Amino acid sequence: MSKRKFRIYRGEQEHGELVNYETEVKEGMVVLDVIHKIQAETANDLAIRWNCKAGKCGSCSVEINGKPKLSCMTRMNEYSEDETITVTPLKTFPVIKDLVTDVSWNYTQNERIKPLKLAPAAKTEKGYVMYQKDVDRVQEFRKCIECYLCQNVCHILRDHDKKDEFIGPRFMIRVAGLEMHPLDIEDRIPELKEDYGSGMCNITRCCTTVCPEHINITDNGIIPLKERVVDRYYDPLTILWRKFFGRKKKKLPPIKK
Amino acid sequence: MSTTSSNAIHSKGFAKTLRDDKWWVYPGLVLFGLLSFLIYGMWSALQADFYWYSAGQAGFGGYLAPFYSPLLFIKEGVDGAAPLQHAIFGAWPTWWPSWIPPSPSLLILAIPGVFRFTCYYYRKAYYRAFTGTPPACAVGALPRKGKSGYRGEKGLMRIQNLHRYTMYFAMFYILVFFYDAYLSFFRNGEFGVGLGSILLLGNPILLACYSFGCHSIRHLLAGRRDCYSCSAGGNISHKNGKIVTWLNQRHELFAWLSLIWIVLADFYVRMVSMGYITDPNTWGL
Repeated sequence: MSKRKFRIYRGEQEHGELVNYETEVKEGMVVLDVIHKIQAETANDLAIRWNCKAGKCGSCSVEINGKPKLSCMTRMNEYSEDETITVTPLKTFPVIKDLVTDVSWNYTQNERIKPLKLAPAAKTEKGYVMYQKDVDRVQEFRKCIECYLCQNVCHILRDHDKKDEFIGPRFMIRVAGLEMHPLDIEDRIPELKEDYGSGMCNITRCCTTVCPEHINITDNGIIPLKERVVDRYYDPLTILWRKFFGRKKKKLPPIKK
Repeated sequence: MSTTSSNAIHSKGFAKTLRDDKWWVYPGLVLFGLLSFLIYGMWSALQADFYWYSAGQAGFGGYLAPFYSPLLFIKEGVDGAAPLQHAIFGAWPTWWPSWIPPSPSLLILAIPGVFRFTCYYYRKAYYRAFTGTPPACAVGALPRKGKSGYRGEKGLMRIQNLHRYTMYFAMFYILVFFYDAYLSFFRNGEFGVGLGSILLLGNPILLACYSFGCHSIRHLLAGRRDCYSCSAGGNISHKNGKIVTWLNQRHELFAWLSLIWIVLADFYVRMVSMGYITDPNTWGL
């Protein structure tokens, strides 16, 4: 048990400051525990969004010493005892109060994505049949807990504020999950290039670095999508192939009886 | 509880951050590494001499500095130049401007250069280190001026989409370097092993590990498919994808290893050719 120093952002979007706190920290505590302790002891009106405290709901995203993290998964023993820990809200989204930000912009991006369109021919008596090796890639993207740490750290949204031109890494992997789905027959490549802004991403990989679910957002999601855009719009060989032979029809997994 | 503190959190601007760790180490190392490579590469390419060593033996075999391979043309009578029979197209062209050194290297460096420039790993490295977009995660990016501001890879940098074509050419270089390595195990037709042969063999091996982990190859061999069990080639594609993915996960490692190794091998051949280093070998020459 030791007394530790904290600086926590208090205020709204336009007006706010870093306020100093001190509290006793016990072994095994995470940053969210400390915030709750400060809330109970000295700052009853301190606002933080949280829910599961197990790294699965994606609610408690904040920036700790400048790094985007889940406060419930950040252990206090990661920091030295004499270090002052600074906790601030996500930079990319407007602050509602203290550590709570308005992430509703993300929900509007999600609505822009064409939903899954299953091939009618894929429906069998057993339902829709898929094989594990065909869905391995998609399952990685399904681990996303929508904590929006990747959206927060993406410099296109964070520093350049191009929210009207790029949907962000979280939704790039949602598109990847749909595009790579073995039974999906929707075409999202034109939107990916023009509306979702695949060309805005310059592959600096910060989204992958901060992902608490360790999804390889860049290598497995964004780059394969950029390569599909190259197939469609930049590769003269594949463009010529399509001119002569037309676009390939999607083949469906075989039904084993 | 004390309430004195900064109210300037999340300030905008280049390199502005609340991070208190050494975030500048990575872009600093990349800046140093890539600049060193560029400076050495240009210096070596402009030398136009001492790129070949075979201990004065004219027969089959010898060391060829990787920055000069493949030898399209050779200018005879230059110190440390390869014999003319090693040139693919023969003697140095007469139309070559006199103010540019007659260096075989200048004819071929652009292709591997563009391959690395458009590589998905190196993009991360130099966008962080050279253009500061961003210098590190959660560290302020260099603001973009102009009407449209930051354009990513939608404006001029659309050329990054050429990556898969440069990859095709880069594959040819692996074969050329393997041939050079094979050549280096012979001197005047006699088989042997020298430190130079080992360095020249390591070069294409590391280059192959780097090139076959390329994201474009991964896409062409496996990633472009949505379903592996749907067609005849799907199983092979799935297995290929696993191998390429293993290499792809180590793309950064092999990018740097192959870059450092090629500089070492080139420098070594140059030093041996100039006589500053005696090559330990089994030929006894």
